[in-house]
Amino acid sequence: MSALLRVDGVSRYFGGVAAVSKVSFELTPGEIVGLIGPNGAGKTTLVNLVTGVLRPSAGRVWFEGADVTAQRPWQASRRGLARTFQIVQPFPQMTVLENVAAGALFGGGAASRAEAEDIAMEFLEFVGLTPLAGRSAMSLTLPSRKRLELAKSLAMRPKVLLLDEVNAGLNSAEIGAAIELIRQIAARGVTIMLIEHLMKVVFSLCDRLLVLHHGELIAQGDPRSVAADPAVVKAYLGSKYAAQEQQASAAPAGTAQAPGEQHE
Amino acid sequence: MKSSVSTIQRPRGQGLVWFVPLAVALALVPIFFNNYYAQQATFVCMYAALALSWNVIGGFTGYPSFSTAAFVGLGAYAGAILQNAGMPMVLAWVAATAVTALFAAVLGYAILRMKGHYFAIGSIAIVESMRLLASSWSSLTGGGEGLNLPIYPGGPDHAGRVFFYAMFVVMIVAAVMSIWLDRSRLGFGLRCVQQNEDAADMVGVNVNASKISAFVLSALFCGTTGAISASWVSYISPPDAFSILMTLKVPVMALLGGAGTVLGPVLGALVFVLVEQTLMSRFLDYSQAMLGLIIVFLIFFLPGGLLGAGVFARISARIARLRGVQA
Amino acid sequence: MFLDPQILANGLMLGALYACIAVGFSLVWGVLNVINMMHGSLIILSGYLTFFAWLHLKVNPFLMLLVVSPVLFAFGYALQYGLINRVVSRPVLTTLTLTFGLDMILYNLMNVVFEATPRRIILDLGSLSVGDVVLPNDRLFAMFLALGLTLLLFWVMRSSRAGRAIVAVRMDRDAAALMGIPIRQVYAMTFAIGALMAGACGVLLAITFPVTTNISGLLLGKAFVVCVIGGLGSVPGALVGGLALGLIESYTGTWWGPQTAVLLGFVLMIVLLMTRPTGLLGKAGYE
Repeated sequence: MSALLRVDGVSRYFGGVAAVSKVSFELTPGEIVGLIGPNGAGKTTLVNLVTGVLRPSAGRVWFEGADVTAQRPWQASRRGLARTFQIVQPFPQMTVLENVAAGALFGGGAASRAEAEDIAMEFLEFVGLTPLAGRSAMSLTLPSRKRLELAKSLAMRPKVLLLDEVNAGLNSAEIGAAIELIRQIAARGVTIMLIEHLMKVVFSLCDRLLVLHHGELIAQGDPRSVAADPAVVKAYLGSKYAAQEQQASAAPAGTAQAPGEQHE
Repeated sequence: MKSSVSTIQRPRGQGLVWFVPLAVALALVPIFFNNYYAQQATFVCMYAALALSWNVIGGFTGYPSFSTAAFVGLGAYAGAILQNAGMPMVLAWVAATAVTALFAAVLGYAILRMKGHYFAIGSIAIVESMRLLASSWSSLTGGGEGLNLPIYPGGPDHAGRVFFYAMFVVMIVAAVMSIWLDRSRLGFGLRCVQQNEDAADMVGVNVNASKISAFVLSALFCGTTGAISASWVSYISPPDAFSILMTLKVPVMALLGGAGTVLGPVLGALVFVLVEQTLMSRFLDYSQAMLGLIIVFLIFFLPGGLLGAGVFARISARIARLRGVQA
Repeated sequence: MFLDPQILANGLMLGALYACIAVGFSLVWGVLNVINMMHGSLIILSGYLTFFAWLHLKVNPFLMLLVVSPVLFAFGYALQYGLINRVVSRPVLTTLTLTFGLDMILYNLMNVVFEATPRRIILDLGSLSVGDVVLPNDRLFAMFLALGLTLLLFWVMRSSRAGRAIVAVRMDRDAAALMGIPIRQVYAMTFAIGALMAGACGVLLAITFPVTTNISGLLLGKAFVVCVIGGLGSVPGALVGGLALGLIESYTGTWWGPQTAVLLGFVLMIVLLMTRPTGLLGKAGYE
């Protein structure tokens, strides 16, 4: 079995409404996969289902060949399935160093608090937060908090990292730095799934895209072909626009606009 | 690099500077002073042990527990019943501790899923329920009439010393436990839970197991203390054993010393018992109102406690300064 | 046994009083997020005021409703505005401990001023007999007044400007503040209404039961249990919870004795806290 993470027909209902419906996909080691879709498509719910925050109503989740459908979040992070949150979740009154050390100690299985702090320093260096190590987490600016969140997840030594809109709220210079950072994380051998609205980021990073719409996986594949998929265009831009697109696409397809660029 | 990093962290071992001399001084009280002072010193040790225990769940973990008296009462009844059944005194204390710990584990599993206000009133309701249970289950507990225990032989002075040193040992063990906890993996996990329970879960802290462990640690020495004081007083009754007043007093002592600080609760207990003895014993009719005034004063003028206030002010001043530098 | 109409009637009379006890407590908890540990003592305080007015000034206890309630309202407003508001956003531990501390002061002063000996108003209003069931008139009046007052509060919450402001703050404090509702005043008003209801309860209690400081903790316990059974911060919840607790205590009290009845109330509360913390009626806005 080559898949690191396998999601098999997973659904989740909230009071009869399917937030995620029969979604199946696999992540193979080393790839960067983008999860895109309009607001409310169920992207964050899917991440919650994979990391044990929510229990699927139906379907199974497999990680490294083991059935982890019923896992709790802390078990997911100890297994090597880490995530960041759309809204950052620091330990506000602890120092930046302590925040990251917590990840190293509990999720990353460091042997002692001293070792955890060493590992934490290493990842603070990696994300460029070393000078702020002694500050309390609540005193950081948003971009720094996002980096802290990233360092915390990395200190857990994850095999798979699920990044939930790490770029939301950042300006374009900060986004450029974040892209570089994600590339470096991938270079360390971490498999990454990226929830992202910005097509610039998705196209520059992802090997493969998954498109979620109304809780269903409507397309997956390499970024170019997904972007050209009429169902994806329709989901993002509405059917009227899609019809126009189709007429226009009789013209050369190489210049296809990325769907959803209007989002930002 | 690393030394500059850890400046914001709470100073380690600083509490020992005053705790060790205080403990030594306390240990000498029954040798140099009469039985009355030995008795007061016993109260200090008892409340210090209780406040240190409360601090594990209320301070480190941030759960507003008011169930101290439930554990003290259970320990008292378990110890008394076992001792009356013929078990040697010290063995009965140990057994009472084990019973209390087991009870706390089961109870914690049930009530630690509540949060905030719900947890607070749930924990008070436990005390009330146990008091009512002790009053109604006459065949086991003697009901409202209470239970008598054998009076410790050797005269009051000797007994006073024995029970003082027993409580003293419990206090020391509770203090050592607190120091260990502060440096341990579990203690770090509890602070994560206190700061942000969801985030703690997400970094891999087994939140439920940690909270239950904290609850058990917070109950353990309450059970021992209850059993010892039952033997000391030679009589227990439901309203004394499961006292609502005690269940409030103990968190107040911890807050007075500085909740979440490692040894602050000892200082809180010491100051509280001294104030209680000097002030309240003179105005016996107003003792509850005095306690009420102390609480009001504490909340409005000393919100961080005796130790917490200074530390907290220093940290926030530092943060403010760093912010200024950044801007 | 279930159909014994006397037990049923006793349960309903008790339950109406419980509903009235809990409704103010529930309002304060729901809106301010403060557990008011003084609630029991406030009830006892107004019970004493009623008793002494009856004893010395020969004032009809029912009339005291009109005197005691405004007094308690003013007391509650001042207490909240002056003291509790300062810590209202602090954690439970702080607010609960503060009201507990204030309760100790009040309780202690009442013990010194009034002494703990139970005081009883004797009105001798006779009783109503329906078949085998005997309904003492004083209790019957108290029951109807308790229900009436609870419904009056319900109506005030629904229709008055202050009531709507309180409901708005309960639902979303920040949004309410943005819409120009003065939070501090609304909090003080809410606490004052809670105290007013405690005052009214104290009058009704003095008419039907002996008044003593010893039962202030007991009354507070009832407020807890009713709140948890019925759900926090809702008038219908308090009504359902109060009647349910009254009936439970009436039946179990007859079968297994009063102590078991009280214990059962607490056990029920703990079980509900664990399984259904929003109460039997769920948690909606305060209506």
